[in-house]
Amino acid sequence: MSAHADTHAHDDDHEHHHKETFVTKYIFSQDHKMIAKQYLITGTIMGVIGVLMSMMFRMQIAWPEEPNVLFEALLGKWAPGGVMDADIYLALVTIHGTIMVFFVLTAGLSGTFSNLLIPLQIGARDMASGFLNMVSYWLFFVSSVIMVISLFVEAGPAAAGWTIYPPLSALPMAQGGSGMGMTLWLVSMAIFIASSLLGSLNYVVTVINLRTKGMSMTRLPLTIWAFFVTAIIGIVSFPVLLSAALLLIMDRSFGTSFFLSDIFIQGEVLHYQGGSPVLFEHLFWFLGHPEVYIVILPAMGLVSEIMATNSRKPIFGYRAMIMSILAIAFLSTIVWGHHMFISGMNPFLGSVFTFTTLLIAIPSAVKAFNWITTIWKGNIQMNPAMLFSIGFVSTFITGGLTGIILGDSALDINVHDTYFVIAHFHLVMGISALYGMFAGIYHWFPKMFGRMLNKNLGYLHFWVTAICAYGVFFPMHFIGMAGLPRRYYTNSHFPLFDDLTNANVVITLFAIVGGAFQLVYLWNFFYSIFFGKPTVQNPWRSTTLEWTAPVKHIHGNWEGDIPHVYRWSYDYSKPGHDDDFVPQNIPLKDGEEELQH
Amino acid sequence: MTAFLTLIIVLFIAIAIWQMVKIFDLAQVGSSKSPVATDKDNTINAYLMMGFLIFIYAITIASFWYLGDLPLMSNSASEHGPGLDNLMIISMVVIFIVQTITQFLLHYFAYKYKGEKGKKALFYADNNTLEAIWTFVPVIVLAGLIIYGLFTWTAIMNVDESDDPLIVELYAQQFNWKARYGGEDNTLGLANVRLIDIDRANILGLDEADPNAQDDVITTELHLPVGRPVLFKMRSQDVLHSAYMPHFRAQMNCVPGMITQFGFTPTVTTEDMRQNPDIQEKVANINAIRLGKKEEIEARGQELMYEFDYLLLCNKICGKSHYNMQMKIIVETQEEYDAWMKEQKLFKDSLTK
Repeated sequence: MSAHADTHAHDDDHEHHHKETFVTKYIFSQDHKMIAKQYLITGTIMGVIGVLMSMMFRMQIAWPEEPNVLFEALLGKWAPGGVMDADIYLALVTIHGTIMVFFVLTAGLSGTFSNLLIPLQIGARDMASGFLNMVSYWLFFVSSVIMVISLFVEAGPAAAGWTIYPPLSALPMAQGGSGMGMTLWLVSMAIFIASSLLGSLNYVVTVINLRTKGMSMTRLPLTIWAFFVTAIIGIVSFPVLLSAALLLIMDRSFGTSFFLSDIFIQGEVLHYQGGSPVLFEHLFWFLGHPEVYIVILPAMGLVSEIMATNSRKPIFGYRAMIMSILAIAFLSTIVWGHHMFISGMNPFLGSVFTFTTLLIAIPSAVKAFNWITTIWKGNIQMNPAMLFSIGFVSTFITGGLTGIILGDSALDINVHDTYFVIAHFHLVMGISALYGMFAGIYHWFPKMFGRMLNKNLGYLHFWVTAICAYGVFFPMHFIGMAGLPRRYYTNSHFPLFDDLTNANVVITLFAIVGGAFQLVYLWNFFYSIFFGKPTVQNPWRSTTLEWTAPVKHIHGNWEGDIPHVYRWSYDYSKPGHDDDFVPQNIPLKDGEEELQH
Repeated sequence: MTAFLTLIIVLFIAIAIWQMVKIFDLAQVGSSKSPVATDKDNTINAYLMMGFLIFIYAITIASFWYLGDLPLMSNSASEHGPGLDNLMIISMVVIFIVQTITQFLLHYFAYKYKGEKGKKALFYADNNTLEAIWTFVPVIVLAGLIIYGLFTWTAIMNVDESDDPLIVELYAQQFNWKARYGGEDNTLGLANVRLIDIDRANILGLDEADPNAQDDVITTELHLPVGRPVLFKMRSQDVLHSAYMPHFRAQMNCVPGMITQFGFTPTVTTEDMRQNPDIQEKVANINAIRLGKKEEIEARGQELMYEFDYLLLCNKICGKSHYNMQMKIIVETQEEYDAWMKEQKLFKDSLTK
């Protein structure tokens, strides 16, 4: 196997002991563990903003056009007398989507765990390039700051939906938010993409080159496989969004007509001719669809790892899990058109995209069944991370199944852009990925901060969140099937939808309770960083390499030599061993078979 | 008032959380100091897993019970509607079965195999037969759904022009809809937004020199004769809009710079649909709700009582008043349609000199 050849031969060159100042240790750090924490905390702050926005627009939907003290306090001039303005409603849904998809579930999830786990789990001293890694984080930080600043511009933040379809996003006269707010949105996203690309390149190079001796690709934990493939998808698809953003900037500011043609607005004909908004949709969704896998694959990796550890069983069908990750990654790049069945593109293309889209259900089904089989006959340790992992599988199934309806071009005609879509993607990639992220945080918190999170608060956090997530998103399927379009500021102009009012109030109540209970988590998180119970080296009795590293973070991860690897990462409850786990750095016993599958 | 109540609720929740944090903190000192799950934790959470399974089933049943029989999900009013609804129902049944079984397995296993000290899990890493089963069963089911779906889709999207469909243009602008009929010749005159001349009331940019445009008719209500195929040609003058006609299972984006199309045959007149018992029940239900909110509705200057009508909604975010971009659709008999059409002004007569 050639995989054995490219192991890390230079174990000992990294023993530099240069003095660290506060700035190099906590701010401009090049250490992957610190950068992971920086990603996590920035992502958390952005998450709080994103969730708070959703609370606000949910209140508006439940009690439309009613004065609300909260709006008055938080929205200022956008809520005269406490009544939310229609423009700011659209801005809130736009920025909520942008922040949650990119800043929380891409950077916050991938950035945190790829950085933390890749070097530690493959047995490397650090990322291939610590400097690029630092640059990547700080670009992300700058783009976050710009996105937050865009909330405060005079004419309002971007409000064309997170998909920013032109011409709405291109013309300031079409919408207030398409002025300075949209400019900042585009600049922020362009910087974000640069950050994401630098990060992804680093992850790919590190996984390929810096694996320790014995860590062949088929011994890698599934987390690393997931991060590795995610990074590749990112490298393939993010540049396309960057090009779309740049072309849109050209259309907006330099008079080109890539996406615009034949427009008459506010009494005048604009000069644009020959472009097409459908082109933008293609470019956007060429990233936009892989993006949902960029969000969900790392969560899948984390969940696979946590489920095996806490079931005290090997992950079921390790090779099938890898194959399904690869299949999903490949298919994810050829299904984008299912967002565009009714965009005006040739209906024949719709047929093709229906076919490729429904194919994705196959590797997804394989994964779901493999997770279920993993816990079968296990010895399940109900740690909070495990609960969130089980919750992940549950919401992934519930949300994924409705993809069969949305991916079918004929059925999409009637539920496209309704609440059915909102229900589908929030469950399958929003809530699921968030659960994956929470699972990861509960599991690797001791690795990150050397202390344990409070278990009981974790239970409280999970159960309330689980109930509220279903309470919010399950009924939305039915509201969507009743024909209610998304992104409506109020439904009061459609008596047709009056019988959905109560359902909307119930959904909002679930959302408020669910949102409020995230405070339990935030409290637990920040309190435990400083005052949590100190952890032992391997609290979950796990097999992977990160738990062989000392609790105290040191530059270079391991004192002395890097551990060598002799077995795959799922030797849980293996017959012939006294313990119910055998770490990867323990050599095979005499006559022991390396039974992988 | 609601705002005040909301604030109080939020405040109470915050206090409740704070209290619970306290209780959990205190409880932890007394019972289990371990930050890792103990057998007791495993047992409690295992029971909660079963409770949660029941919750998932309950919310499914409740959603179907309270929201599942919305007439919009049945009672389609177009020729292709029942076929599409059938496909929807089949897909829903498949989903329902898979959901019920897999959620049961997941939560039941989590309950059944809860951790106990001294127990050892089964070392079971792979089984090719099992994996083949759950690869090929989805393949077969999906193949069925894909084939059915593709036939349905092709039937809907391929408009047969030899049926002599009624040609209607749907014209979208922020934030209203217009409809344009081809007149006697059933042919739309050429148009482009560059020809819009507000002073001459040429609001859709028709080519005044085009003979086909002379007898075009522009309206703010969409009237359709029952039983005749209609082919919609969609245009937008400013941003993306989407012409969504849920009762007819029809939707297509309106894209500036290009003409998109969608065709269907309406099968039920507005009058007949109003007599449909499902719709009558829905309308009665809505009116009961509206009576309860009388003051609020009258303050908005809206009519209190609701009467059923087909609607065209905008379903692509298009700006501030996106939430109120609609047009009434009236399906009627050919005679009623002809009578209505006679009253409309032709394009050539509507221009101001």
